[in-house]
Amino acid sequence: MPKIDSGDTAWVLASTALVLLMTAPGLAMFYGGLVRRKNVLSTMMQSFFILCLISIQWILWGYSIGFGPDVGHLFGNLSWFGLNHVGLTANADYAPTIPHQLYVLFQMMFAVITPALITGAFAERIKFSTFVVFSLVWATLVYDPIAHWVWGKDGWLHNLGALDFAGGTVVHMSSGFSALVLALVMGRRKGYPRITPPPHNVTYTLIGAALLWFGWFGFNAGSAVQANELAVSAFINTNTATAAAAIGWVILDWIFAGKPTILGAATGAVAGLVAITPASGFVSPISSIWIGLIVAVVCYIFVVVIKQRLKYDDSLDTFGVHGVGGTIGALTTGLFAQKIINSGGADGLLFGNPHQFLVNAIGAGATIVYSVVMTLIIALILNATMGLRVKEQDEAIGLDNTQHKESAYTLID
Amino acid sequence: MKLIIAIIQSDKLDEVMGQLDEKEIYLKTVSNVLGCGRQKGVTEVYRGVKEAGTLLKKVRLEIGVNDSYVQPTVDAIIKGARTGNIGDGKIFILPLEECIRIRSGETGKVAIG
Repeated sequence: MPKIDSGDTAWVLASTALVLLMTAPGLAMFYGGLVRRKNVLSTMMQSFFILCLISIQWILWGYSIGFGPDVGHLFGNLSWFGLNHVGLTANADYAPTIPHQLYVLFQMMFAVITPALITGAFAERIKFSTFVVFSLVWATLVYDPIAHWVWGKDGWLHNLGALDFAGGTVVHMSSGFSALVLALVMGRRKGYPRITPPPHNVTYTLIGAALLWFGWFGFNAGSAVQANELAVSAFINTNTATAAAAIGWVILDWIFAGKPTILGAATGAVAGLVAITPASGFVSPISSIWIGLIVAVVCYIFVVVIKQRLKYDDSLDTFGVHGVGGTIGALTTGLFAQKIINSGGADGLLFGNPHQFLVNAIGAGATIVYSVVMTLIIALILNATMGLRVKEQDEAIGLDNTQHKESAYTLID
Repeated sequence: MKLIIAIIQSDKLDEVMGQLDEKEIYLKTVSNVLGCGRQKGVTEVYRGVKEAGTLLKKVRLEIGVNDSYVQPTVDAIIKGARTGNIGDGKIFILPLEECIRIRSGETGKVAIG
């Protein structure tokens, strides 16, 4: 009979709250600062409302599809609907030392932030009503099954041995590639790329990035689901890779744009956080520095060079940072993983096990294909029925007024 | 010399500036303003309380020009700012008595360009 450990329970409770902080206010501020003044409320509302929406979806059917009894290694069945059979005793398959409902809560915050990340791709032009339906359907049909593949008992990627410590594929690759699909289906913002709308408040964005960094300790170190050596290892790697990636991005900015930019430091830090996510429990701190530097270079190329060449409007760089960074994370985990760090893991390519690199590449590939195909189907159906975009005039006036009848800032008083 | 004041939609500023650049009219002052025309502003709602007649955010351009530049300036502003919808804004043209460049003390036609 598994025994509840009070230290583990305390740490995962705290981690759960930390991961909530990543979505609101972390991501809400990060994205809110990047849009124009007329869209800041609608952008923040998207993150905040997803927090509310998925909190309920997860309790009702989300957790059951993600973690419930396996159906064909692809998704869980609905026998845990409404947390039926999910109580306060521990579940030996997922977390043997904490109450099962705490594991539900911890995972809930991951399910919350993933669709919230996508909002960066359709910023400043989506209809709120369609956004709500999209988020619910996407969480149910895309996120929940992929979570089952990687983390569910008997999920096929889990059985294959793909290493994903805290959700690089499940959270960042799924949201990043879905974001690219949405950016392409919805089209560019009015005037883009002739005019790239400037961020209206980079201080918000920097505060948001710092809150994401802070919350990410819960995301990665909490994913040990115990208060032990592994949690410390994930914590130190998370911090190290993030710092390295931010420094890397700032240096690139300095060389190619002439000045070290604040937005570059914030973006680099987030790219580092994304890339270290799957690796955090399997690599050494020195490998973390490499992972941070590699992701900074690759994401910089995508965000600064490739996006501007191809002229797709991934408005807040969800694909460029989370899709690309997540892929780098999945692949570098297959390179740098070491069994001495985590006996439950495996050695990667650089430590004599090329098979691990292959398995992780398969996991990444499957996540890309499934996310892209499913998101394309959902987006096309919603576009034909409800319509994804606001009217052109509403886009010009701004979503705060046309979708919510509010404005963030007054000009006088 | 004339002073041209234009009140336009905020999101049209980029297009108006593009049109002005094409006519080689580069000197201007831009400010955020509030106002309303015949549509009497917009409605906002805070905790259920409707605030009707909230003034709209607009952009105000001020451009001092020599007489020969009045028509090109007006044309550029109209070309950049017109959508055909209500709320496109207005242009006012005022006689300009004097213009002085602070740096050199130059006045009149020389100072304005």
